[in-house]
Amino acid sequence: MSATNAGIHASGPARDGAVAGSMSRRRKRLDRLVTALCVAATVLGLALLASILFTLIWRGVGGLNLNVFTSVTLPPGSNGGLLNAIVGSLVQTLVGTLIGTPIGLMVGTYLAEYARNSALGNAVRFVSDVLLSAPSILVGLFVYTILVDPFGGFSGIAGCVALAVIVVPIVVRTTEDMLQLIPIELREAAVALGAPKWRVIVLICYRAALFGIATGVLLAVARVAGETAPLLFTSLGNLNWSLSLTQPMASLPVTIYQYAGSAYDDWVDLAWAGALLITFGVLTLNIVARVVLRPRR
Amino acid sequence: MSDTAASSQLRPAAARGAPFGDRLFSGLALGAGVFVLVLLGAIIVSLFIDGLPAFRAFGPHFLVETDWDPVQNVFGAGVPVFGTLVTSVLALLVAVPLAFGIAFYLTEIAPVWFRGPVGTAVELLAGVPSIIYGMWGFFVIVPVMGDYVQPFLTDSLGDVPVIGTLFQGAPFGTGILTAALVLAVMIIPFIAATMRDVFNTVPPVFKESAYGVGCTTWEVMSNIVIPYTRTSVMGGIMLGLGRALGETMAVTFVIGNTNRITTSLFGPGNTIASIIALEFPESQAGSLKLSSLLALGFILFVISFIVLAISRLLLRPRSA
Repeated sequence: MSATNAGIHASGPARDGAVAGSMSRRRKRLDRLVTALCVAATVLGLALLASILFTLIWRGVGGLNLNVFTSVTLPPGSNGGLLNAIVGSLVQTLVGTLIGTPIGLMVGTYLAEYARNSALGNAVRFVSDVLLSAPSILVGLFVYTILVDPFGGFSGIAGCVALAVIVVPIVVRTTEDMLQLIPIELREAAVALGAPKWRVIVLICYRAALFGIATGVLLAVARVAGETAPLLFTSLGNLNWSLSLTQPMASLPVTIYQYAGSAYDDWVDLAWAGALLITFGVLTLNIVARVVLRPRR
Repeated sequence: MSDTAASSQLRPAAARGAPFGDRLFSGLALGAGVFVLVLLGAIIVSLFIDGLPAFRAFGPHFLVETDWDPVQNVFGAGVPVFGTLVTSVLALLVAVPLAFGIAFYLTEIAPVWFRGPVGTAVELLAGVPSIIYGMWGFFVIVPVMGDYVQPFLTDSLGDVPVIGTLFQGAPFGTGILTAALVLAVMIIPFIAATMRDVFNTVPPVFKESAYGVGCTTWEVMSNIVIPYTRTSVMGGIMLGLGRALGETMAVTFVIGNTNRITTSLFGPGNTIASIIALEFPESQAGSLKLSSLLALGFILFVISFIVLAISRLLLRPRSA
């Protein structure tokens, strides 16, 4: 940095044409070098994404057949599928989102509508932001200590609660940001018509921020659908078909984790097929969320 | 104020209905806000209480004890804490320059029409579930490391005095360095996206002025954009560090999972998150081992909380 500073300051007063020219060339060369490095970094980043997607398709498509969707997980060599894992993931993601979204929505509303500059509001915002990036495995441990250990066993509902804890801060963040964007005139117009504050929020602000809030929920779904660590100690995984929320429940990420590390080729193939499914599901949700958001900006 | 009574007579329904609905709704909102605080408190307290038997049994020595021996019932946090810090810091060393390059490219260099698609691709990289990074790391990166990178580093740097020992050892492909690299790939998109957003907050007139006096793009970056955004850039880096510290699945696949501190970057190790993921299913409820794992969780939470808190304080003016 000091070199470029010197370059700038020196390039002005340099009267000698040759000196000025060489300085100018050096500055331009440095600029080209940095530009090239940045392009290289971006290309590397894109290549990594491409490598991940290519690996998934290359290894996943082979294991992908109708059986994956129609058969439950079976012992190695018996042509099993992933049906219970897929359904378990759908159930836990859905219930987790249904628990987490209303809480996150209310917290976001509190931050944007009731506590914009209060000390308590700042504390809530801070804590929510910390939870947003907190290690997800600790959420699993926490739910283990409050729901699994005291109630005598792993259960689907414990997995749902763990996922809900992860959903909350994501929904809080987008809800608050979206509500902040709504012009004050819109609220004033509603208040002037005699609407009480809660009606202004529910009927005017939520409606105006609907796309943004929906984006937050979609991103939250995309995030928790791929979570493995919080489910290891809560819903545990289940090799049999079970839809009971009080029993251990299978999930796609946990099954992938168990299968990918196994010594059986057909299990590893199933793990790749599952990985392909979950990644493309999650990335599709991400893209949909961004497309939904775009018209609002 | 005096005409409140008059107006409530004009609109009796609204006047009677409003306060209850408003009280209920604001109460719900406040309750939800307080719930978030309680949630954080409950996570900390529950991990601490369940880790207490381990803290009692081993005392402060728990933090530096390097044994993890279920047979002797001796457990220590030394190796996992060491592994967590080393892999995360190495990951940052790799990720920060690359993330900076991507953010710089996306804000100053790329043609405007190209910024959206590339930015989205980078964000998609952040959306890939961590278990996928683990599998990709295990099946793609580990062979590359074992067959090419580690032998090459041993040949070229293994005999250099002082740092040589870092690059010696059997090229299994797994180990501390591989875990750090996979972690780096995972946190690049987070840091890059934060840096890009932060760089975009620089008022265009500052940059235009610098371009106006003949600065090159890099000079605008180093003399205008970086000084203007230095604090927030640090915040973004800390955010990436916070992510790396607690990452579980990706690390578990590639680090080798051995409770040993090695002098070589190719040696196996573990992290707090990976040892919890691996040892937890083999621990009995109420055992000292389980309590030690929860105590490790508590330590990880404290470390992450401090890092993330610093990150938030540095990124504070986020709505601006």
